[in-house]
Amino acid sequence: MSKPTLAQRPTVAGSRLLSVGGVRGENLVPNDDIVGPINSSDEWIRQRTGIRSRARANGDTTVKDLAVGAAQDVLAKASLTGSDIGAVLVSTVTHFEQTPSLAAMVADAIGATPAAAYDISAACAGYCYGIAQADAMVRSGAAEHVLVIGVEKMSDFIDPTDRSISFLLGDGAGAAVVGPSDTPGIAPTVWGSDGGQAGAIYQTHSWLDYRRAELGEPVPTDTPELAEEVSQITSPTLRQQGPTVFKWVISSMPEIARRAVAAAGLELSDIDVFIPHQANMRITDQLLKLIDFREDVVVGRDIADTGNTSAASVPLATERLLREGQAHSGDIALQIGFGAGLVYAAQVVILP
Amino acid sequence: MANSNEEILAGLAEIVNEETGLATDAVQADKSFTDDLDIDSLSMMTIVTLAEEKFEVRIPDEEVKNLTTVGDAVAFIAQAQA
Ligand SMILES: CC(C)(COP(=O)(O)OP(=O)(O)OC[C@H]1O[C@@H](n2cnc3c(N)ncnc32)[C@H](O)[C@@H]1OP(=O)(O)O)[C@@H](O)C(=O)NCCC(=O)NCCS
Repeated sequence: MSKPTLAQRPTVAGSRLLSVGGVRGENLVPNDDIVGPINSSDEWIRQRTGIRSRARANGDTTVKDLAVGAAQDVLAKASLTGSDIGAVLVSTVTHFEQTPSLAAMVADAIGATPAAAYDISAACAGYCYGIAQADAMVRSGAAEHVLVIGVEKMSDFIDPTDRSISFLLGDGAGAAVVGPSDTPGIAPTVWGSDGGQAGAIYQTHSWLDYRRAELGEPVPTDTPELAEEVSQITSPTLRQQGPTVFKWVISSMPEIARRAVAAAGLELSDIDVFIPHQANMRITDQLLKLIDFREDVVVGRDIADTGNTSAASVPLATERLLREGQAHSGDIALQIGFGAGLVYAAQVVILP
Repeated sequence: MANSNEEILAGLAEIVNEETGLATDAVQADKSFTDDLDIDSLSMMTIVTLAEEKFEVRIPDEEVKNLTTVGDAVAFIAQAQA
């Protein structure tokens, strides 16, 4: 007797962004307020990074509050409610619980239960990773509407005395709703990783080492510096090799951007809006020099006041361009995220 | 493909000109990138990246701080090509 045939869901023709939005930390903290402990200056930070201030949330604002705020914004903009959402994807590196996921809590808070919900760990590329997954979920019929959120409360993770990365970072949540579409609205994602460069942006030591040190257990360490760090039972924090990251981005990301445009079946001259991860204004300027966009391409430059909000930076920059009228619904945008991993993802989207 | 030192210097001068707007003839072997040409560390990383592509060599990040003068960079690239 022959085996029965499985049913598979019929696929949906297209997907698109139905809305993009977000919220920023309540306070715009100027350079002068953070330069003391790192022996830096407003001038140095502006000249090297283009940052004037970074958004930082109040002490009692949680990463969940930020995520829910962004979710409510994009649901309202798409004229949907939580119950319309079939899956919630949250990208974050600042949800300090191994489990349960932030996504499940956010889904519940917005009335999306029993939507599928899980977190993504792809740092500054996390939102673009999420859009790639949401596109695949919608077109495969796995969910009709997918909520993608990139959220960070970096102020909970940074070390104010660190000169390598902390001064760049801000707090915020950006989000999008992805849903079905008669016309294509999300082109193929060009994405990847290079774990060989995991040391370029890294956590000083693991939570397990922290726990062992706290319990007085021996901590296996690779280096004297790490042993010193762990012996003081300082909680883990972020560091980066800034020049290495800068070089990686400008030497590798132009090609990824060009491939994403080619994957969309377009020419660079078709791109109306360029929305790079808001890592450093100098990186954005260099990418513009190295990629042959149209002269009048509109560029996301939210970093100047918001700082680098990691997973939230691409949707927040998009939200701002739309809100300020620099970009418009129907524009063709290239978005690209890159960061710790190292990981990256780029895709062309039609703005909602 | 190996370039002569003159070719490397001329190529570097073009890259520096692209990045900073400095006239190509200001880029001489004895000039210090930081002190004479006023190139900061991020511009230096850009110049290094573009030089790697142009001359088909690898310049490790740790090496960059040893490239004080334009002549140091020319010598490093020439040796890396050899
Ligand atoms: C972090 C970053 C701004 C550092 O700038 P940089 O010019 O590369 O800094 P360097 O480490 O080469 O140091 C250059 C000089 O600046 C000084 N410096 C470094 N950090 C400093 C700071 N925060 N404030 C003041 N001075 C600083 C150094 O002491 C050094 O001084 P010296 O020349 O007198 O020795 C830069 O590397 C960067 O933004 N890289 C991209 C990384 C990124 O965007 N990551 C985001 C995650 S995706």
